Amino acid sequence: MASAANPETPRHSALVRVTHWLTLIAFLALLITGVEILISHPRFYWGETGNVNTAPLFTIPIPSSRDTVPTGYKTVLPDQNGWSRYLHFQSAWLIVITGLVYVIAILWSGHLRKDLLPEHSQRTWRAYREVLTSYLRRAPPQDSEAHTYNVAQRSAYLSVIFILFPLVILTGLALSPAFNSAVPFVVNALGGRQSARTLHFFVSGALLLFLIVHVAMVIHAGFTSRVRAMITGRAVESHESEKVEERT
Amino acid sequence: MKPITRRNLIRTGVIAATGAAGLTAAARIAQRYGLIPPDHGGLYGPGETLTYASQRLLTKHSLAREFPRHMISKSPFANPTIPPGSAPKPHQVTGFSDWRLEVNGMVAHPASFSLSDLKALPFRSQITEVACEEGWSYIAEWIGTPLIEVLNAVGVLPQARYVVYNSIQQDWWDSIDMADALHPQTFLAWGMNDGDLPPSFGGPLRMRIPRQLGYKSVKFITRLTVTDSMKHFGKGLGSAAPEGGYAWYAGI
Repeated sequence: MASAANPETPRHSALVRVTHWLTLIAFLALLITGVEILISHPRFYWGETGNVNTAPLFTIPIPSSRDTVPTGYKTVLPDQNGWSRYLHFQSAWLIVITGLVYVIAILWSGHLRKDLLPEHSQRTWRAYREVLTSYLRRAPPQDSEAHTYNVAQRSAYLSVIFILFPLVILTGLALSPAFNSAVPFVVNALGGRQSARTLHFFVSGALLLFLIVHVAMVIHAGFTSRVRAMITGRAVESHESEKVEERT
Repeated sequence: MKPITRRNLIRTGVIAATGAAGLTAAARIAQRYGLIPPDHGGLYGPGETLTYASQRLLTKHSLAREFPRHMISKSPFANPTIPPGSAPKPHQVTGFSDWRLEVNGMVAHPASFSLSDLKALPFRSQITEVACEEGWSYIAEWIGTPLIEVLNAVGVLPQARYVVYNSIQQDWWDSIDMADALHPQTFLAWGMNDGDLPPSFGGPLRMRIPRQLGYKSVKFITRLTVTDSMKHFGKGLGSAAPEGGYAWYAGI
């Protein structure tokens, strides 16, 4: 077998690996700074305007970093908005540029068509059901699955790349008064400034949910081998590596 | 790994040199067209410069959204903590009749305006949203003298690049570039919702810059200084905001 001489088979291209980790760094920075900014006003509204004198759509039951917000807590947390805002926007630039490079590259290389769009045989409810049943049974993944994505993975990745990320960027841009002056359509279509802020919060939550499920699935499939594959680009199959050990 | 050959070395060298030359040229063009913010240094400088440069290009002729009268907020919120990051109590503002606005710096005719002098200049109104960096917002009608009218009255010199504005609060000052200073919606506001501007909202005189977040719309304005460089104002970062950790440009 060819893999006996070279037990490691190619898994992720250099472009996928670099953009994966850059996206992770930027996303974590956006998440942390986003929470810090949220703490300065943990109330959400719908429509164009909203402030402490108007009824909120809902509130997050946490203390605030501003003493002007009635939270029910006596504690006022330290203000972290300055550096959080600087870092939030710098990370937003990083994730947008990384995302553009990634999308152009996967269109160009055929990675999108070959590996991410569900294969013809996968485009059935049965294919979904089979994948979900095997997840619910917590069946260990087969080795062949280290080299391809099933229909649930493909759907999740496509939703994140082409729905959630564009939405989180648009809802974020709609919070910029300067952007809104040039492109008023976006904020108006989202239902106003406060609606855009509320949607930005929920889309970020959906991205966080994806991250949690993604990491859980990576742990289920074998954390070390999968993370190693995303760093070195090579996947080692369990029985292959055993064979190699036997030979040495 | 590719072997290190002379061809590879030359190619890498050419790419690196082209990249460096390109970056230098880009920086020069950006400086020339005013696309570099005063707080461009430091860890967050690259992101801040990208944001400022791209929004400057995008918003060259854009107007902040104006709203119909029925969308004016019934209960606007006046933030008592004006400078972000600190919470000094606003001065007790009294004696509006002797309020003066001093205008100096790179102008042909430095002047001092009383409120009635300002109101004698052409004035306008706008129904725009105040959006705080914290997340809340309200809509109000603002009546005031467009800053461009004041600048035209004193005659701005051609080398002017920024207008610095000071508040009655000594430690609270800010600045905008000429694109925002000459923008038709940049007001020295003295009226709000068909009445005088209340002190809690910055009366008798506040800056209104609806294309930027609320903290640029500094309250209790007493002085304008036109300048070609922010180097000698405070720490040279453009305003008090970066000294407290906040961005000078607040278009987002």
